[in-house]
Amino acid sequence: MPPHPTRLVNFIFSYCTDPASLEGLQWLSCYLTTGKHMSMYYAFGTVLLLLAITAPVALAFGFGGASAARSHFAPLRWFGKAYIAIVRGIPDIAFFLFFVIALDQGFEFIRHKIKCPDWQEPVRQGNDFVICTAAKLPLGNAPQWVHESYGFALAVLTFAIVFGAFAANVLFGAMRAVPHGQLETAEAYGMSRRQTFWRILVPQMWVYALPGLSNLWMVLIKATPLLFLLGVEDIVYWARELGGSKQPQFTDYPHPDWRMWYFLALLVFYLAFTKVSEVVLDRIMARLTHGQATAAGEAQRKAAA
Amino acid sequence: MSCWETIIDYGLRSQGIGERLLPRNDFTLCQQFTLIGSGMIWNVYFGLIALCTGFFMATAVALGKAAQSAWIRKPAEWFIFVFRGSPLFIQFFFAYFLFLSLKAQYPVFSPLTSAWAGALVVLFLNTAAYSAEIFYGALQSIPKGEIEAADAYGLSGWSRFRRVIWPTMLRLAWPAYTNEAIFLFHATTLVFFSGFPALQQRGDALYYANYFADKTFNPFIPYPILAGYFILLTLVVIGVFGLVNTRLNRHLPQERRKRLKIKPQVIR
Amino acid sequence: MKNLILSTAVLALTGSMAMAESHSVVRLGTEGAYPPYNFINDAGEVDGFERELGDELCARAELTCEWVTNEWDSIIPNLVSGNYDAIIAGMSITDERKEVIDFSENYTQPDPSAFLAMGDVDVTTAVVAAQASTIQAAYVAGMEGATLLEFATPDETVAAVKNGEADAVLADKAFLLPIAESDAEVSIIGEDVLIGGGIGLGVRQSDTELRDKFTAAIQSMKADGTLNELIVKWLPDSATF
Repeated sequence: MPPHPTRLVNFIFSYCTDPASLEGLQWLSCYLTTGKHMSMYYAFGTVLLLLAITAPVALAFGFGGASAARSHFAPLRWFGKAYIAIVRGIPDIAFFLFFVIALDQGFEFIRHKIKCPDWQEPVRQGNDFVICTAAKLPLGNAPQWVHESYGFALAVLTFAIVFGAFAANVLFGAMRAVPHGQLETAEAYGMSRRQTFWRILVPQMWVYALPGLSNLWMVLIKATPLLFLLGVEDIVYWARELGGSKQPQFTDYPHPDWRMWYFLALLVFYLAFTKVSEVVLDRIMARLTHGQATAAGEAQRKAAA
Repeated sequence: MSCWETIIDYGLRSQGIGERLLPRNDFTLCQQFTLIGSGMIWNVYFGLIALCTGFFMATAVALGKAAQSAWIRKPAEWFIFVFRGSPLFIQFFFAYFLFLSLKAQYPVFSPLTSAWAGALVVLFLNTAAYSAEIFYGALQSIPKGEIEAADAYGLSGWSRFRRVIWPTMLRLAWPAYTNEAIFLFHATTLVFFSGFPALQQRGDALYYANYFADKTFNPFIPYPILAGYFILLTLVVIGVFGLVNTRLNRHLPQERRKRLKIKPQVIR
Repeated sequence: MKNLILSTAVLALTGSMAMAESHSVVRLGTEGAYPPYNFINDAGEVDGFERELGDELCARAELTCEWVTNEWDSIIPNLVSGNYDAIIAGMSITDERKEVIDFSENYTQPDPSAFLAMGDVDVTTAVVAAQASTIQAAYVAGMEGATLLEFATPDETVAAVKNGEADAVLADKAFLLPIAESDAEVSIIGEDVLIGGGIGLGVRQSDTELRDKFTAAIQSMKADGTLNELIVKWLPDSATF
């Protein structure tokens, strides 16, 4: 018989030393506070943090992409349009499966070129990707949290590139939706192209972009289960891991296949998060509409009068 | 083995026709292109059928959400909320569980535990919910004047819907609906990846790309091939939807129609 | 700044020294979902046969080791691209894999796979579930008459047998035994199947130094019998050395 794992001290409830003797709520309270469950709760935080960072970064990518796509400098315009078309055309899942490794190797290669200019051996040795020690990202002897943060940052960047393309598409449309008269008026006032762009176009485009952007935010929330492909242990990973049936040899808390319950909890989480997002986005929309020359803005004005 | 033979052997492998065993060593580019392409049959099948059937349900649900009666409106709202508010990953998981228990009770439902029927149902409901929300938004923004004009012409009920409301709704919703179609085709890659088991190694494009990545240990060839196929598919979708868009807008003055066209301009 | 460039140049020149430096911490990659070889215990840490083995090997080779979990599907690409230094994840030594990575000496005998089913089933004509992209899936695909049904995780393959989707599941015997013991509905049926060689640590082909260190440590554990003790403790049905 394989050994029983060493009994682990539960730091929250003192009665958890012998789970086999517990029943009902007590057992459940111990079960739900194991270190493994803590990792899952921690993963909720990871997902929220990722969303909080990815959203503005993706927006920045989108803004850059959209500005590039309407640039008067042809190569930049082609680059912007190609970025939007290509990344939007690939399923995010396929992108995640090879892009992160490519990105990681790309960064390390650049660092390798800078830090070890005298390196003689080839970087590709057969199947191996070999770079000098100093160029490793993160350094081979860095603590685990550095590795995890680096993985997280790569995930944010990958998400931002993918969703940036969609955001660019939305913003590109929004920039074109700003009434032409507004831009002409700015020109008539003697504003330069740059001034017209930053002072007139950008402030006004958001109201046209927001429906598309909020839709994108909803899609982004629902793409987070793909995080485990990027090496980040997300909530779906833990739900699968914790929910799968557990034999008494390997745990103090054996149970049959409980994935159903874990996924139910995730369903509730995602639905609640969606609801909250909807409410918040509605408020932002009402704010942005204020004073705008749109039908909704007109309605607001009339209601106030 | 020449590439042509490979195509004959594996071109329809995803449907179970041709060579029984997948290639096991000496993987060629041709094999990868052929098998991943063969898998695309499933992606197109799921996407196309879910889109076509989902379209009608979406129209019905959108009308339901816009209905006066709470008995119709509430279920429609909840349907949209649940399917739009949860990841497809989780929907596949629950659907598979549900179909299994249905099958245990009534043998009639047994096809639902295989991907070709079960995953199709999930994708159908999913796209119906997303499209319904888009259509609902469009319904809300139909210009009042158009409905008044229809009334003035003496149109009412079905004929008013069929001739005035529905075409206008589609015209307004079309750009967003195009995006939804693209998303749907992309979502079909999840079917075998997380939801349903692959029978006899008959899988979709991602399944075969995964197979090659696993056998050759090199993700940089099969996944970009898969990406290439999907970019092509997306271009086709955009093209077809663009044609429909032109048709939907054909009554508008030339000037405005031109603006909706995507015109590649190299030199300005 | 000058200092920095100088020091990196020195590092680059003394290649072998840099190698030793790079392995001041050796990162061990595992799946964490395949008991008893490796799994995540209640505390959320990597545990199992390979955890104990890996820690002992690192102690003998005088290496500082760290555990990392990674999806099974991308476990080799991430090794060759340098995200960790060794794979210790119940990975059988096969010719296909040897083309891409190097293995240390095997630390288990060729491990038998087995069929698990409810009641008696003729596996030669049955629907057999297996985890996608495993040697077992490849084996069933080659069985004339049997129908292969592939799932993403090992858990799902067992669930498929219990809910009737599949007639049997083919997996490593050491993985199936605890399930058969704790669940009266299912049992191991038929003869064991021998696929693949023993299990070894996977390392990059360019990293011969690390491979030799692990091989030496494994040999010393074989010699003094500690490896056999671990096998008896965690893999009761497997052959010892």
